Amino acid sequence: MKVLGFLLLLAGWFLVLAAIVLFATPPLRAAFVLAGIAVEVLGLILAVRSQLIPREEKG
Amino acid sequence: MPAPRLTDVTTVACLFFIFLVPFAAAGLALMNVGLGRSRSAGHMMMASLCALAVAGLAYFVCGFAWQGFIGSPGHVLTLSGKSWNWIAAEPFFFRKLSFDGSATSLTALFQIFCVGLAALIPLGSGADRWRLRASCLSTGLLAAWTYPLFAHWVWGGGWLAQLGVNYGIGRGFLDVGGAGSIQVLGGLTALAVTWILGPRRGKYSADGMAPAIPGHNAVLVLFGCVLALVGWIGLNSVGAILFTGGEASGTALIVINTMLAASASALTAAVITKVRFGKPDASLTANGWVGGLVASSASCAFVSPAEAVVIGSIAGGVITFSIEWLELRMEVDDPGGSVSVHAVGGIWGLLAVGVFGQFQRPVLNVAGDSLPGAMNGIVSGQWLAQLIGVATLLGFVLPLTYGVNRLLNRFYPFRVSVEGERQGMDLHELGAGAYPEFVTHTDEFLPR
Repeated sequence: MKVLGFLLLLAGWFLVLAAIVLFATPPLRAAFVLAGIAVEVLGLILAVRSQLIPREEKG
Repeated sequence: MPAPRLTDVTTVACLFFIFLVPFAAAGLALMNVGLGRSRSAGHMMMASLCALAVAGLAYFVCGFAWQGFIGSPGHVLTLSGKSWNWIAAEPFFFRKLSFDGSATSLTALFQIFCVGLAALIPLGSGADRWRLRASCLSTGLLAAWTYPLFAHWVWGGGWLAQLGVNYGIGRGFLDVGGAGSIQVLGGLTALAVTWILGPRRGKYSADGMAPAIPGHNAVLVLFGCVLALVGWIGLNSVGAILFTGGEASGTALIVINTMLAASASALTAAVITKVRFGKPDASLTANGWVGGLVASSASCAFVSPAEAVVIGSIAGGVITFSIEWLELRMEVDDPGGSVSVHAVGGIWGLLAVGVFGQFQRPVLNVAGDSLPGAMNGIVSGQWLAQLIGVATLLGFVLPLTYGVNRLLNRFYPFRVSVEGERQGMDLHELGAGAYPEFVTHTDEFLPR
């Protein structure tokens, strides 16, 4: 899950880069940048959740 | 293309403000010491000193070569007819750098302090369990690679700074005093280090409780806040002059904004903790103060004092709740609050440029392409440029810094042994405690 989270972070960033290069119209570019950030947020949530400590390891 | 020229007055002002920057490092170091345990206090100060030394040397060897400065040679990638400047191509060891008071030489001087400041941030999150040599190695990687790369994109005329010139996205990514390049980068490295190290022993119990492990010296923490203010005044003022083409006369507004943002943030944190817990919390108020400084860094040259107060107030609220959420819900054991203060506060500061920023004067963040000030001060698309910068920090810098530190941890484990953690880092790694007289002598309690 942790690896997937970091892959999503990278994928979101590439979406943002692609939006800058591929779209010239500001609304479309902004929409794709926001989509990229949404993917990054998903990746961050996955990465954070993968770090939660299992109950048996606490203490 | 040549670097921007500075007038004599601006050069002198710049030098004065650069010499204030080490106070920020001293402040952060003191805060990290005070927020940790007393049995690791000497170790933390030693680690801070070593981090500054390693960061300075690594930056001298190759860091500046890869960061460069506006107008310095760089490796350029051409995409759809637009040039993307990815990394600088300066020689190593400051060769070919003439120390003549030019903007380039002042940048080298300024950055050697800034990289040290960024290196201090992860130390707060790794307190009480991060081995000294491991922290030095991690600092070396940060100063030699991670920091220069991102700083080049923002301050070296790199692709983030070029967003305005190349694609008409605002004025390009703007970060006057290093909210992104120093603070968020350091804060995300702190998050990576915390994940790799894991929590301190006894921090999270099987019944779901997370007992507080309070810092050992509130005086050090609060005095660190005052020192940090002095340092931040230098940091923000120099950044505005060197990286946005500001004049020395504009620094009064920057200093006022820095002070107001910190004040509003600290008071917000104090009020929130008073309302929630019955009494204001000193450590959270201190974190709020520094969080306000961090949030002010990106926008201090482009907002009014009233807007700086709003930015600081929001920072104080966000940081206070973020610290609690990360500690209790996300199980991120971060004794110094570095992730919330520097990463969360910095991200808010960067976004605030897009929300509040007004550009009455030209902005020079790319060589030879000074973007003019707008008629009404408002620039369309600046919020998008700031979002792209934040996306780069989260989507590129976080995986990069986590990856390199994870790899390093595989070859040289970061975490101290169980016995070392129980004994305290001072005795285990340095052989002596920071407070040797803090032992209870039985004869003091015997009748005389």
